[in-house]
Amino acid sequence: MNSDKITKGVLLLSSFIILLVAGGMIYSLVQGSVPAFKNFGFKFIYSNIWNPTDGKENYGALPFIAGTIVTSIAALLISLPLSFSASLFLGEYYRGTKMAKVLGTMVDLLAGIPSIVYGLWGFYVLRPVLISFGLPNQGFGVFTASLILAIMIIPYATSLSNEIISMVPNELKEAAYSLGATKSEVIFNVVVPTARSGIIAGYILSFGRALGETMAVTMLIGNANIIPNSFFSTGNTMASVIANQFGEAEGLKLSSLIAIGLLLFLITGIINAIGKFIIKKMS
Amino acid sequence: MEAVSKITAKNLRNRTIKDNMVKVLVITLSVITISPIVLIIYKLVAKGIKQISFDFLIKTPPDTFEAMTALSNGELIPGGIANGITGTLLMVALAAVIAIPVGVITGIYLYENPGKFLANLTRNVSDILQGVPSIVLGLIAYMWVVKNITNGFSALAGSVSLAIMMLPMIVRSTEETLKMIPQTIKEAALALGVPYYKVIIRVLIPTSFSGLLTGILLGISRVLGETAPLMLTALGSTIINLDITKPTSAVPLLIWEFYNDPNMVDLIWSSSLLLMAMVLALNLISKRIAAQTK
Repeated sequence: MNSDKITKGVLLLSSFIILLVAGGMIYSLVQGSVPAFKNFGFKFIYSNIWNPTDGKENYGALPFIAGTIVTSIAALLISLPLSFSASLFLGEYYRGTKMAKVLGTMVDLLAGIPSIVYGLWGFYVLRPVLISFGLPNQGFGVFTASLILAIMIIPYATSLSNEIISMVPNELKEAAYSLGATKSEVIFNVVVPTARSGIIAGYILSFGRALGETMAVTMLIGNANIIPNSFFSTGNTMASVIANQFGEAEGLKLSSLIAIGLLLFLITGIINAIGKFIIKKMS
Repeated sequence: MEAVSKITAKNLRNRTIKDNMVKVLVITLSVITISPIVLIIYKLVAKGIKQISFDFLIKTPPDTFEAMTALSNGELIPGGIANGITGTLLMVALAAVIAIPVGVITGIYLYENPGKFLANLTRNVSDILQGVPSIVLGLIAYMWVVKNITNGFSALAGSVSLAIMMLPMIVRSTEETLKMIPQTIKEAALALGVPYYKVIIRVLIPTSFSGLLTGILLGISRVLGETAPLMLTALGSTIINLDITKPTSAVPLLIWEFYNDPNMVDLIWSSSLLLMAMVLALNLISKRIAAQTK
């Protein structure tokens, strides 16, 4: 029938829109970063100079790539024990109870807090506490940003690993219990090994999320265009430098920021693809 | 499994102690995990509630000087964030209008053609889109809309960046919801000779309606608090603006402006409280709908 063909055509068309949007994004990012790469070549990626002075303009993305990776890895490491414990609380110790429901809701609420509110809280509450512990640079820097990022990725990491842990077949666990294993032995000898690749994938996806966080990091990392030389040093991430410098950018500087956006797009895309691939292979 | 293999009274006691220690550790760390949400909400309410009033919802912000005068007299800062509220509503509504039809129809396409190459490609691309940082979407909307369509910062550009953000979420939730309805319902309609488009409009969408709504509301609640892409696209405005080709404010943009202005900084808490309330209300509503349908 004719109307069926039209309907199918409309369905097909809308899926083309998604592909078109994605293709257009890559095209625009590449096109926008051409001047930067033309001027600096591949040096753009490994140069650590960021000099916007007129006539002596020179831009390199290394400080921001380094800042992004360092803060995200630190955030992942900080959030790991917390989110993993929370997922054991939800998926093993108190599975299906009222306590799990309360904890689960509160963890979900963390995902609902806008990035800028995390930034404000980090600035006005967390930073003074860290200063009182003797943190240098007015409390700004990689460590403070990582701490906030860690809190921000907790809900993703928790719900992903909780999902995977809940998928471990009961028979496996019951077999271990019937041999006299304690709960913690079941968790570390049965649940974790069975769910390992899924849990790892969950943390990879959370890492991908941390890479692109902007506002909270911008407000806390100190915005120095240098490669962080210690855990407490100030720095800048790829996302935060775009947010910070975009307002006054044009010409070569704008192109450099777009090039950083392209690199960020590629890095997060690859990390997400790896995470999704592992999860797909599991199920 | 070394630990499981031998049971003697002595190592049983050690193992029980170890087991209890792990349990205490898990509970302690779980409590630490949720403490930030309590602390954040407490801070927002404690510092923000005094500023919330009817005026706060219907007036625009004061200028720096007015705020400074009020501060030095020890009064509350006058005015409100009406320009932000209207801007947020305008841009989010426009983003929803763009993203919902495309997202839902694509979701239906994926559900109807599960094994096809193009469907798999679309699904994977949509998954990758979901992981794109919001600031990059801001750059994209800047290049597409600000540079080429509105020739300046605009609400439309903001909406486009938010719409690209919502799109994959809606696609995903539509497909997942449709997968849960029984094939037989659709087949029954088709067997009666109902045209395909009517099957979609009269059968597929109504039976999965609450699921679709949940996905859409969650998508909206995710973009409601977005700041970074709007800084690159909508820019901000001191007046209430409803023209989608003009720069427009939004609640998160106002929070950013207040944060950067020492005289206005008191307004950040009440604005954040309002923004959080909007996000949480949408979250709760969508969870309630999801719970009812299960």
